[in-house]
Amino acid sequence: MQGGGVTMRRAIRDEASWQAGARAVLPLAAAIAVLGVSFGALATAAGLTPAAAAVMSATTFAGSAQFAAVSILGAGGGVGAAVGAAALLNARYAAMGLGLVPGVRGGPWKRILVAWLAVDESWAVSWLDDGRFSQERLVGAGLVLFAAHVGSTALGAATGRQLFTDPAAWGLDAAFPALFLVLLGPHVQHRDGRLAAAFGAAIALALIPFAPAGAPVVAAASASLVGWRQR
Amino acid sequence: MTRGWLVVILAGAATLAIKAAGPLLLGGRALPPRLLAVLRLLAPALFAALVVTQGFARGRGVTVDARAGGLLVAAAGAWLRAPAIAVLVGAAAVTAALRFFLQ
Repeated sequence: MQGGGVTMRRAIRDEASWQAGARAVLPLAAAIAVLGVSFGALATAAGLTPAAAAVMSATTFAGSAQFAAVSILGAGGGVGAAVGAAALLNARYAAMGLGLVPGVRGGPWKRILVAWLAVDESWAVSWLDDGRFSQERLVGAGLVLFAAHVGSTALGAATGRQLFTDPAAWGLDAAFPALFLVLLGPHVQHRDGRLAAAFGAAIALALIPFAPAGAPVVAAASASLVGWRQR
Repeated sequence: MTRGWLVVILAGAATLAIKAAGPLLLGGRALPPRLLAVLRLLAPALFAALVVTQGFARGRGVTVDARAGGLLVAAAGAWLRAPAIAVLVGAAAVTAALRFFLQ
């Protein structure tokens, strides 16, 4: 089984590398870029300068929060409402940040940089099949997404071109939940994972009609508490 | 300082503070096994919630629309262990086609 052993070591090394993380999100980079162009066009229409739109993509770095903040601003809403909506939509990253804790290494600045690169998709592809988290995969995936998101925002803001005024017409809005469904697969091979997924989905579904956007996903994080009980 | 820049700076600062709090304050520390077990289950809990909210929410409503068709294709692809790119393109294409023909 020498050949098998070599393949296995290769696969393991491959899995935890930044290249593996970058490869894993590459299929999504195109969809992210389309959303980025839309955001750039929308943000400039709402009164942001192209530079402000690009800086927002680099710092807030989450499509849903950016679209929400800019649309509130464009509709004449206040600064507080726009920032509050963005913070609520990004509140799930507090839970995702906790998920990074066991795997993150390095000094405080490095940890801040790693946390910065954690967005839904990069965080999602950073989990190895055995349930551990790989910092290398997160950084590789995060850099690809960062380049795609910021670059496409700048393009959309500079040209103001309504290339993709309606990403939904291309079915792109379904590509994101589809990715999370695919990524869910390895985590529901064991009973606790299935329980956490079922509770998480139920909590989110139950809260959608009552809670502001963003809150259902934050509340669903509590489903992970099924791991607390003694085995 | 325009309102736009103010929103950009405040939203960015709030997001970074939210993201970095856990890794900055707790990173590199040995965590008790029970807490580790909980943190590992964040992935399935949040993925399932993201599937539900991004697949079935429309504002404050829960609807089954063209996205559900795309998600069915994605579920089948995941079950068959198809490559991720094929699953994503298939889900988007089916959703776009359903939208086009059902409108």
